[in-house]
Order: sequence, then structure tokens, then C-alpha cells
Amino acid sequence: MDLYLPIANLSVNALVIIGLGGVVGLLSGMFGVGGGFLTTPLLIFYGIPPTVAAASAASQVTGASVSGVVTHMSRGTVDFRMGGVLIAGGVVGAGLGVLIFRLLQYLGQIDTVIGILYVLMLGGIGGLMAKESIQALIALKTGRKPQARKRRHHPLVAALPMRWRFYRSGLYISPLAPLLLGMATGILTMLLGVGGGFILVPAMLYLLGMTTQSVVGTSLFQILFVTMATTMMHAMTTKAVDLVLAMLLLIGSVTGAQVGTRLSMTIRPEYLRILLAAIVLLVAARMALGLGFRPDEIYTIEVR
Amino acid sequence: MRRTLILIAAALLLGAADEPQLVPDVSQRDVEIQYSFTGADLLLFGAIVYPGGVRPEKPADVVVVLKGPDQSILMREKQKVAGIWVNADRARFQSAPSFYAMASSHPISRIVDERTAAIYELGVDKLQLSPSSLNESSELDRFQAGLVELRQRSGLFVERPGTVEITDGVLYRARLPLSARVIVGDYTAETFLVQDGRVVAAAVRDITVRKSGFEQFMAVAAERWSFLYGLTAIALAVGMGWAAGAIARRI
Repeated sequence: MDLYLPIANLSVNALVIIGLGGVVGLLSGMFGVGGGFLTTPLLIFYGIPPTVAAASAASQVTGASVSGVVTHMSRGTVDFRMGGVLIAGGVVGAGLGVLIFRLLQYLGQIDTVIGILYVLMLGGIGGLMAKESIQALIALKTGRKPQARKRRHHPLVAALPMRWRFYRSGLYISPLAPLLLGMATGILTMLLGVGGGFILVPAMLYLLGMTTQSVVGTSLFQILFVTMATTMMHAMTTKAVDLVLAMLLLIGSVTGAQVGTRLSMTIRPEYLRILLAAIVLLVAARMALGLGFRPDEIYTIEVR
Repeated sequence: MRRTLILIAAALLLGAADEPQLVPDVSQRDVEIQYSFTGADLLLFGAIVYPGGVRPEKPADVVVVLKGPDQSILMREKQKVAGIWVNADRARFQSAPSFYAMASSHPISRIVDERTAAIYELGVDKLQLSPSSLNESSELDRFQAGLVELRQRSGLFVERPGTVEITDGVLYRARLPLSARVIVGDYTAETFLVQDGRVVAAAVRDITVRKSGFEQFMAVAAERWSFLYGLTAIALAVGMGWAAGAIARRI
């Protein structure tokens, strides 16, 4: 079933794109990650121009997070206060991201920087998550109670001034910590065309020390608003949002997200985390190979 | 069939000129890009009119070239630096055709010499890209080869030597594929009549490629009403996401 994409200027198989959206939506519902880190590279691999892929993937992440946010809100697992601080940081970060993006584009090194960023961050976070969840699994198997974590959040976070209470997150910390975290993910959203959930979720768990239950809902809440802002920015500046492509991705992902949310209720969180760690490490490994191997396209063309 | 008859009639009327003439046509003057557009197959055909209606003893050759709008491009080349592939070299070209397809009745090297091929831009390696950056000529050749390779793979550069059929020495026809990745704009279909390594006649037909209906509307909307377009994208995403959630909670 071929369909022509009016902005991307090429025709695609609609079912493939819907399927892609479905897989990403499933992950999004299960882990609270936007899934942009999978959508954008896969769309580019399919032959869709990188800007169109990033711009349209952002609106797909919006759609996938809405259903997640609604579900989590009804369950009371969204910390609005924490989410608000993260969003404020995210919008500032996205603005900074635009400037960095322009600079790198001018230097012609945007692809390489994106590649290296992907490998470093996915590799680092994937490794961290894998280590943690394997330890948790061993503890589960041997029947021992997992050791209580000695410190709830990173000492640097505790050192920041002006503390707020975040009841649903079970935290009493400075809002500067989530603000900076939000900014970092905002920059990544603009640079990599991802929601930033795969950075946000582990950072909220391991750096801020949030309770596991509210992490997924709150990160989805932040992703929802930051991707909305990004979609608008793309529509206004790059004019690369392809509504037909976004629609196809949405059909798949909103359905997938529902299934994912249901699944996440039935699977033990330890298994969930090790699964996410494996996926993240796999993408990182693929990206690392991509940097080292001779690429299919030695040449790239930029139309002036 | 009727078109062919008209062509023959035209051929007889024009038969008085000294030089041979070409009466070309294409199967589609307007290519409309719609939702199901997966490319188009264009038929380029026409008649060769010889002075006095006398055909030469040695049959002439026909070359047809379908060319898209020129683009100004910046090309980057990746090289391995410290174990990873990074963009290292670059070159700028003022006039790279966005689409180029060629068919000929025999391989180009057997029809014309190098110089003539270069003058008439016959063949993807003969395109005049007008480099505007200060690269060495060996570098430029490398970039041009890279461009050709890249565009050939996405079906934007096509060469089909030996596919022009000539019937009775006066009617010719060739098929050229228009990739689904073509950009909109004014295209030209050029026909060259070659005799003894010399181009003796040339004729051009214009083809317009444009988006129509919904596709046209979307392209215009994204460009002109970008704020509303962005708002629509967001509303669509939020609406669909919310609807799916609402349905799932009922089940």
C-alpha cells in the first residue's frame, strides 16, 4: 500500500510506517520513553530525509505520550510540580539546542556529533541500567531482599540550595536539579530529534532518586509538552513536519502505547528495566558500528 | 495512434527544409503527483523529417534526455579520521540537475565522440555542474562521481543506452522512468538526432511536474500557514492519542 508523502517528497509503504509506529508506541507505553531514539534513525534508514524524520517523529512522540499521560494521571502517578519544572527547563534547552544545531550544521559536523552523542549516552545509560537491574534480578532469584540504597539522590543534587517538596516523587530537593535535567533533555530533543525519555527516566531514578511509580508518568508528562513545542518550532522554522507521515506513525503508536501500558502492569519492573537496558545497549552498539564502518553513503548532498 | 498519424502528416508538411528536423512529443505534458504517486513512466516519441523525404543510407541515431530543474548544492565527503567516519571535504556546485534520464539508440560512446557528448551533456558523467568552490579538478571528478552514484541509486539519474527504438528510420520511441522522489518544477525532454558523430537536429518539449489536490494543499499549507499547520499537527497528535486512551479505558 504505497502512499505519497507531500512534504518528504517520496512514496512509502503505509503499512511499514504504521508497524514502525506500533513497535515504538509499545515501548513508549511500557517504559515511559518517547521512542524517538528508535523512530528517527529507522525513518532515516527507510530513506526519509533526516529533517523530515526528526520533525515528524516529534509529533508521533506527542501522540504516544498523550495516552500514556492520561492513563498515568487517572492512576495518580504524575508529579505535576516536578513535571512543570522539567518542562520549563526543557523549553529553555530546546531554544539552546536550536543555536547549537545551527552552529554544527554550519560546520558540517552535525551527523558525527549526533552519532557520537547517541553512542556515549545510550551506551552509558544502558550500561548503568543493565548493571542495576541485573543486581536486582540476582537479589530476586536468591530470595535475598535487595539492599536498601544508601543514598537516595546524588550528593550534588542534595548540595543545591532552595529546597522544594515534591510529594508524589517522594522528594525534598532543590528545583534547580530537575530544571537543569530538563534543559539537558531539551537540548537533546532539538539535536537528536528524540523525546529524551531514555535520558530522563534513568536520570530521575538514579540522580534525583524519585520513586519508581511516578517516574514513568512524570517523564511522559514532560515529553508531551516538550515535543509539542518542538513540533511547533519545526513547523515554523524548518517547515519539515509531514502530516501524512505523522498520521501514519500516530495510527500505529497510539495503539501500541495502549498495549504497552497494559503490559507494563503485568510484568515485574525488574524485568522491564533489564529489557529497556538491552534495547538501549543494542541501539548504542549499532550506532557505534555505524561510526566505525565505512558508510554506504560517503557523500551527502545539501540543497542550497 | 491518432497522434502518430498527425505526426506523419506534420512530417510530410515539413519535408521541404534542407536539414533534417525532429517532431517530438511526450506521453504526458503534465505529471501530477497524487497520494498514490510511485513514479511515472514517460514515453518520448516522435518523427524524424528528412529533407525531401529521402532517408540517408546510413541510419541516424536518436538520443533523448529528460532533465529536471537545476539545483545549487553543497556536497560533503566522509573520510576516516581517528577510527570514525566524519565529513572532511566539501565541494559546491551551482547547477546540478535534480533529475537526469537519458536513452539512446546505441551506446553513447559509439554514437558521438567525447567532446560532442560533453557539449550536449549526453551521459551522467558529462553533466556540467559548474563547481563554485576551489577544489582541485581531480577532487571535483571524485565528487561528481559520488553525486552520480548517489543519484543513480535513488533513481534520480538514469541511463538507458540502446533503448530508443527507431521504426523505418523515421519514427522513434523511448521510455524513461520518472522516480517518485522527483521534485516539482519544469522539466525538459530534449531529443537529438545524430548522424556521423554530429548532432544534426535537436528539439525540446517541456514537461511540468506538480503536486495536485491534497498533496498540493499540504505543501502550500506547510509553507504559507506554518503556525496553523503546526497547530494542526499538534492537535492531531493530541486528539488521536487521547481518543486511543479513551477507547482503551472502555475496553
